[in-house]
Amino acid sequence: MSIWEYANPKKFMQTSAWALPWFTGLAVVTLLTGLIWGFFFTPEAANFGTTVKIIYIHVPSAMMAINVWAMMLVTSLIWLIRRHHVSALAAKAAAPIGLVMTLIALFTGAIWGQPMWGTWWEWDPRLTSFLILGLFYLGYLALWAAIDNPDTAADLTGVLCLVGSVFALLSRYAVNFWNQGLHQAASLSVDAEENVSDVYWYPLLLCMAGFVLLFIVLVLIRTRTEVRSRRLQALEARERLA
Amino acid sequence: MIALLVRDLRLAVRAGGGFGLSLAFFLIVTVLVPFGVGPEGGTLARIAPGILWVGALLACLLSLDRIFALDFEDGSLDLIATAPIPMEAVVTMKALAHWLTTGLPLVLAAPVFGVLLHLPGPAYFWLVVSLALGTPALSVLGAFGAALTVGLKRGGLLLSLLVLPLYVPTLIFGAELIGRGAEGSSTATPLMMLAGITAATVALVPFAAAAAIRINLR
Repeated sequence: MSIWEYANPKKFMQTSAWALPWFTGLAVVTLLTGLIWGFFFTPEAANFGTTVKIIYIHVPSAMMAINVWAMMLVTSLIWLIRRHHVSALAAKAAAPIGLVMTLIALFTGAIWGQPMWGTWWEWDPRLTSFLILGLFYLGYLALWAAIDNPDTAADLTGVLCLVGSVFALLSRYAVNFWNQGLHQAASLSVDAEENVSDVYWYPLLLCMAGFVLLFIVLVLIRTRTEVRSRRLQALEARERLA
Repeated sequence: MIALLVRDLRLAVRAGGGFGLSLAFFLIVTVLVPFGVGPEGGTLARIAPGILWVGALLACLLSLDRIFALDFEDGSLDLIATAPIPMEAVVTMKALAHWLTTGLPLVLAAPVFGVLLHLPGPAYFWLVVSLALGTPALSVLGAFGAALTVGLKRGGLLLSLLVLPLYVPTLIFGAELIGRGAEGSSTATPLMMLAGITAATVALVPFAAAAAIRINLR
């Protein structure tokens, strides 16, 4: 099995049709378990009260917001180098999901920040760089929407994704330099000495896995839709010629 | 390459609209800000570096769609593409012409606008340095955005949506450089970062822009 097989849309449609129900079921089970465990069966944290429960949505969505862009970067590269059509469509399919994840992270962060920091919004490096990431998603989506020819659109958005990745990273470190943060430091790093307590860690881990699965499901559905709409376009074009 | 540069400069100067317009726009932005925030000298002096940088950024943005669009419409871009110089060089020359007609005038005029905003004395030197170092990056990134949107009928708004996020690092370090210069604190870090970003942008982004042009001409 290699990803090059799935450059054939028929093969991709077959395999994804088989895989989709499994991933959907798995995503539902993991997310439900993780969220219910997190919301109802974890103690309230000493300093934060009930608001601590927002992390079960905030952290996974923030993680996905970044990883979706990384996935788009990889799929764009595969498209640009090897003309893997399904890969280009997967990048297109992933972008709106990434944007929504960014917005979820920003909004849940604001809801948490209001009682905890006393402000909805602060020009903190993490918050600011997420806002900028959101802008990159918007530009990427707008460019896809603006160009009619699908191959040209895939090429140009691919190039934008490459350049955008560099500048999104650069902006991340630039805003770090520009303003000192209010956001707490990472407490989930694998290499850190002191991490978040296990009581919160296990349900959070489940939620993160659930978000990854949810993303896979959504990307598969959206990519299948894209493949179908390309087929429709081809059919219509053939009909016009006939 | 030189011929291309001279041609673009002539077109910009003689066709009118491009050359003085962004400077006038910069002036208007600078004049409007005191109406918005009030005429107190202290406030203006504090926000002056940011205003001047944002003004320069917007003025630069205004003329970006001209970089390739006119040549694309009348077909001369196809001819230039078949000419025996690499597309990367074409893009670099186009960006250089854009910088000479918008960036350089802004750099030279910025101290005058600084007076309007009560910019403190030691900051003038750093204002010129930071704009001179930063605006080439704005032109090259703008050329990249223009290359992406060259085939589109109404690419203007899309162009700004694509290009403005790319300007964030330049803006941060540029404004920080002036701000630190005004306070008299150490300017080494933002100066090096700004120069580094510009150098890397000028060196690498033309390749991406040339790729985008080739895709659009396909």
